[in-house]
Amino acid sequence: MSSSVKHLALLCAGIVAAAGTFAYAAEPGHPGYYGYGERATPEQIAGWDIDARGEDGVGLPAGRGGVIRGSEVYAEQCAACHGTFGEGEGRFPKLVGGAGTLRHDRPELTVGSYWPFAPTLWDYINRAMPMAAPHTLSADDVYALTAYILNLNDIVSSEFVADRESLPKVKMPNRDNFLWTDPRPDTAAKPCMSACVDPAGVKIVSTAEGKNLTPRTTGPLDTMLAK
Amino acid sequence: MRPDLWRSISLLSSTGAHTRLGRRSLLGLGAALTGSLALGPKQGNAEPSPASPPADAPWSQSIGPGVVDRPYGRPADTEAGVIRRNVPWLTAGTESSISFSPLQDLHGIITPNGLFFERYHAGRPDVDPEQHRLMIHGLVERPLLLSMKDIVRFPSVTRIHFIECPANGGMEWRAAQLNSLQFNHGMISCAEWTGVRLSTLLEEVGIKKEAKWVMVEGADGAHMNRSLPLDKCLDDCLVVYAQNGEALRPEQGYPLRLVVPGWEGNVSIKWLRRIKLGDKPWHSREETSKYTDLMPDGTSRGFTWLIDAKSVITFPCPEKPLDRPGLYEIRGLAWTGNGKVKRVDVSTDGGVNWQSARLHEPVLSKALTKFTIPWRWDGAPALLESRVIDETGYVQPTIAQLRKQRGTNSVYHNNSIQTWQVKGDGSVFDVQLG
Repeated sequence: MSSSVKHLALLCAGIVAAAGTFAYAAEPGHPGYYGYGERATPEQIAGWDIDARGEDGVGLPAGRGGVIRGSEVYAEQCAACHGTFGEGEGRFPKLVGGAGTLRHDRPELTVGSYWPFAPTLWDYINRAMPMAAPHTLSADDVYALTAYILNLNDIVSSEFVADRESLPKVKMPNRDNFLWTDPRPDTAAKPCMSACVDPAGVKIVSTAEGKNLTPRTTGPLDTMLAK
Repeated sequence: MRPDLWRSISLLSSTGAHTRLGRRSLLGLGAALTGSLALGPKQGNAEPSPASPPADAPWSQSIGPGVVDRPYGRPADTEAGVIRRNVPWLTAGTESSISFSPLQDLHGIITPNGLFFERYHAGRPDVDPEQHRLMIHGLVERPLLLSMKDIVRFPSVTRIHFIECPANGGMEWRAAQLNSLQFNHGMISCAEWTGVRLSTLLEEVGIKKEAKWVMVEGADGAHMNRSLPLDKCLDDCLVVYAQNGEALRPEQGYPLRLVVPGWEGNVSIKWLRRIKLGDKPWHSREETSKYTDLMPDGTSRGFTWLIDAKSVITFPCPEKPLDRPGLYEIRGLAWTGNGKVKRVDVSTDGGVNWQSARLHEPVLSKALTKFTIPWRWDGAPALLESRVIDETGYVQPTIAQLRKQRGTNSVYHNNSIQTWQVKGDGSVFDVQLG
């Protein structure tokens, strides 16, 4: 290093030192103020950037799959828990049915009767299924499964091919029945302190006593099964 | 629960093991206490264990195991029943399921780490902290990849907050079903969390002006993800690595989780690995098909994040009945996602008359608050209730008031007043009033 360059370097160091204790002029709250970590590369981001948005399908990848292929993948990967036709085994979720039951005393919430957005189905299968080996299916197979499950629910025809263009256009039956802003508080109880209700009207209308639904809360874990 | 521990406890109580232990040599005693199997069934002569006055107890006439006998401590063997428990018939398996904190045996506002309730969507992953990374990307100036070492370097904050699953009490919408404090209210726990403010991390990557929403995602098999409004993320959310003074437990998201104070527990993503900024919500499965509230008219409410004010009497309760008439301290917990608890009232006559309970410090925002009130029980049947009022003036409703608005199929956000029926013999039952 020449003496003039060295001199310049020392001068610069002096200026930085004079500016304060911090190595950078940026204030807290400025991007990169701490400078920790490493910049995420496009390759790293691509590996983890798996989300597809429900409403518009943004994030759905290339690939496609139809109902027939979907039925094959389904039989192999899904039917053991969700039933051959999406009817659900045991307490595993039903995927099919329940149309028109949402106002019933015992509504059935399924992909067909409840889910508002079709791309959400692709996103969920891709990220979380099959349960024992999540995120191991190809994009094509996830598209095929999505097509098959939509078809089981009579939402698309057997000719339907799911891809990043077609899925966002599928109108799910329950799409318009969600309120996405919270209306609570929806009760307005008053903090009355005395003679708040007629004592004669205080009646037990329901008790857990004798229902035999409660696992034990002492000793080893209970293994009581479905009633 | 380890089965061998149960065996040793029953032996302790049934064979007078304490007395025999007193006769053992010093070394033998240590071995017997640390290895429960040393109390084998071959030691026969059952005799009473006169460890109460006037007798001096065996443990008072011997020397116990030394330091580091238990390098990581654990509760007394006789507390072995104080454990998280599940309702086996509730879910298809334990991997996508819930366990409940034993509130009936807890004291104060902090939940011990081993008893914090669990909620998994794909089981509990064992994450290697060396390889774990937090990616922050999307509508940001400089996408980042942070190691655990990087995250711990950021300015740290420590806060006490509860986390409650919105399905807590969800089995009681239709009727009283589970005769238990643990199973009706145990999907709540409270801890002291240490980590970095999410706002610090978001400022470090630089938020683009179009960004309005934040998607948070876990490293578990469910890749569990939720959308959060950017404003909440900048307000009070924490990215934490410590719980009650030690590293997070794997059950709670080791090595890194989000804590979204006052909002339903599932948005506090565990095993946090990715934060993505966007201009719209994602409508993931966990915020459309689940964690939405079905109303009687067939419509559903989505993005119902807030935990409304709630309280419950933790003593007496079905698990902890009354012994005999006399003076008792009614004890309980209250909380609200809307800030601080302002007042808790208690009724012993099913809500006809109320008295304000004493709130115990500290009364913290979005944390459990302890309340007590003395009660002289005359042995007559009673109906115990507690009712919280939070700092916004919101009053905890009855189940009838909630049903009037929401019917019985909304599953989540049942924050209604709990009624405990005390019978003349002191036993306690979960009931609902008309």
